[in-house]
Amino acid sequence: MAEKAQKRDPISRTESRGNWRLILLMACFVACYGAVGVRMGLLAATDPAEPPFERDGGANRPARAEIVDRSGHLLAGNLPAWSLYANPREIKDPVAVATALDPIFPEIDQATLHRKLSSNRSFVWIKRPVTPRERQAVHDLGFPGVFFGNREMRIYPAGAATAHIVGGVKAATEAVNYAEFTGAGGLEQHFNERLSDRMQAAEPLQLSLDLAVQQGVRDELRIGMERLTARGASAILMKAKTGEIVSMVSLPDFDPNERPQLWRGEAAYNPRFNRAAQGRYELGSTFKVLTAAMALDAGVATSNTIIKTPPSLRYGRHTIGESHRMDPEMPLEDVVVRSSNVGSARIAMMVGTRRFKSYLDRLGFFDPSGVELSEAARAKTLMPDYWTDLSTMTISFGHGLAASPVHLAASYATLANDGTRVFPSLVKGGIPTGKQVLSQKTAREMLRIMREVVVRGTAKRANVPGYEVGGKTGTAEKVGPGGYDKNRVIATFASVFPASAPEFVLIVSLDEPTDRSGRKPVRGAGRTAVPVAASIIRRVAPILGLRPLQEGDGASVAAVDVTTE
Amino acid sequence: MNKHLIALLVLLIIAIAGWAYNVNYNTLTTIDRVKDLRAQIADEREAIQVLRVEWAYLNAPDRLAQLVEENNDSLQLAPMTPDALQEVAVVPFLKPGETLSEQLVGEPSERVIGGFPIPAARPAGIQF
Repeated sequence: MAEKAQKRDPISRTESRGNWRLILLMACFVACYGAVGVRMGLLAATDPAEPPFERDGGANRPARAEIVDRSGHLLAGNLPAWSLYANPREIKDPVAVATALDPIFPEIDQATLHRKLSSNRSFVWIKRPVTPRERQAVHDLGFPGVFFGNREMRIYPAGAATAHIVGGVKAATEAVNYAEFTGAGGLEQHFNERLSDRMQAAEPLQLSLDLAVQQGVRDELRIGMERLTARGASAILMKAKTGEIVSMVSLPDFDPNERPQLWRGEAAYNPRFNRAAQGRYELGSTFKVLTAAMALDAGVATSNTIIKTPPSLRYGRHTIGESHRMDPEMPLEDVVVRSSNVGSARIAMMVGTRRFKSYLDRLGFFDPSGVELSEAARAKTLMPDYWTDLSTMTISFGHGLAASPVHLAASYATLANDGTRVFPSLVKGGIPTGKQVLSQKTAREMLRIMREVVVRGTAKRANVPGYEVGGKTGTAEKVGPGGYDKNRVIATFASVFPASAPEFVLIVSLDEPTDRSGRKPVRGAGRTAVPVAASIIRRVAPILGLRPLQEGDGASVAAVDVTTE
Repeated sequence: MNKHLIALLVLLIIAIAGWAYNVNYNTLTTIDRVKDLRAQIADEREAIQVLRVEWAYLNAPDRLAQLVEENNDSLQLAPMTPDALQEVAVVPFLKPGETLSEQLVGEPSERVIGGFPIPAARPAGIQF
């Protein structure tokens, strides 16, 4: 028995080891299948989610965010398009291909195209982007060696109306089937990072601009510019409380879908030049309002303070004169209403150069205007290197300092906003207002005086019934080869309406206007920029939802948020 | 009994295999369908994008202005003026039970409700 047991022992040991292995194997299987089972159970229990694959790696998402106006009209969008390229080595007859493509793309030089197609390279661009119609035409030709690649195209449906604002794009990197754009000018350049950010691409950039108002302003400005044979014109319509620019027009303009590249004329008349935000002009007597406001705010004068206004004022070797006859003395109010250079220079001296500069600085004239256009960042105010008392005197009536019309609009908006600094902006909502630059009392008093300018002063033609326009004219002679040129002026009208409860600031500026309707040609702003501004107000105020005040109405004007459909 | 158990297990395995096979192929067809749908969505999105841009392009201010001018004979539109604004209260809404035809007497240009002229009828041939 013991022997038997000893004999069987190795077997039983093997058997028990075999059992052990089996158990281990089974445990393994149970673990594996258990894991699979648990995973399947989990998958079955959870909510189904979309599998993380896409046909074209997400290329159907917009590559660049759109730009829309304040009520959602598309100003810059993307359009699927194609690029046309060729492999010259596969082209048998370059002459035939070049000739056949000529009627489809008349803008391509045929000799260049022929040279490209007969080269020894394996890849040449023919045209990009190509529209669907052109693509079909090339398809119909059926030449081998000519190919299409997918790519997107940036398009500006509003056309010339917003040309200076949207700017443009250029291809930063491009291949056969894609192109990555980067901004080249305007908003496209300023907001390049925001617009090309994939995370925000689905969300359009909404502007403060109103396309309907923009078109109205542009239309009236163009009519005025043609009537007065001006060489250029600009207009800015701004919300007085927030600095939101509802309309910004610069003429001449261009179609942003076909940006003109070369300009051989004077740089100032390049259609691509944005006169409203990029151009800097001596803004003439519109500065007198600011000078008077400083005097009131600093407490050196009131609107009744009598200012001596002799026909001319000598300072060193320089003489400051008037453009028309003035009384020998008048209250400060009338210095603005009747636009006296001498009076303004005297007021500026009462304020003093240091305070004068400090006010201009706080009104934003020494910094770029901050409006969200790439060109505006470079438009720093031009002023004398050595600022003397004489500089203060001439700048007090707008000579010797050149600022962009946007700067002027922002300073007038600050006045209209009870003296709290307003920053110009093209984005809906605007930029929060800043510090108190002028006291509320000063600002209100200046608005009253500006209203007087329209009621009995140099801007009578701006008295649009029902809108209580207040403002100040400015006629600045342009600098020619022999000093200031009397026959070439920049006529500006800076206005606020309605004066009793300011809603909007409108700046209209005309380059070399001449009113020839009378016996003698007239160039002053009162006969040029003012009537144009009046027709703009008449045209756009109803679109802005501004109801005209009736006779006997209180000082309130019903204004609703600017929305047009 | 052992035999029965084995037979049962074999049947169970066949059934499970069949079920797994079925699920597998259902998943594959579903993935295909999702792919197709995604492609379709991409195409539709592209079409929407093209149509949106085209809509904006057709409504471009310059184009509309030109069309208004060309069709001035039938449309006779003019820019809105400040005196075109009025209170909603002055709109001569019809009273309950009143019909428009009762108000429409006389030549179109003379039709007036509550002192306000009725806008001219839409020119023939223009559909919205």
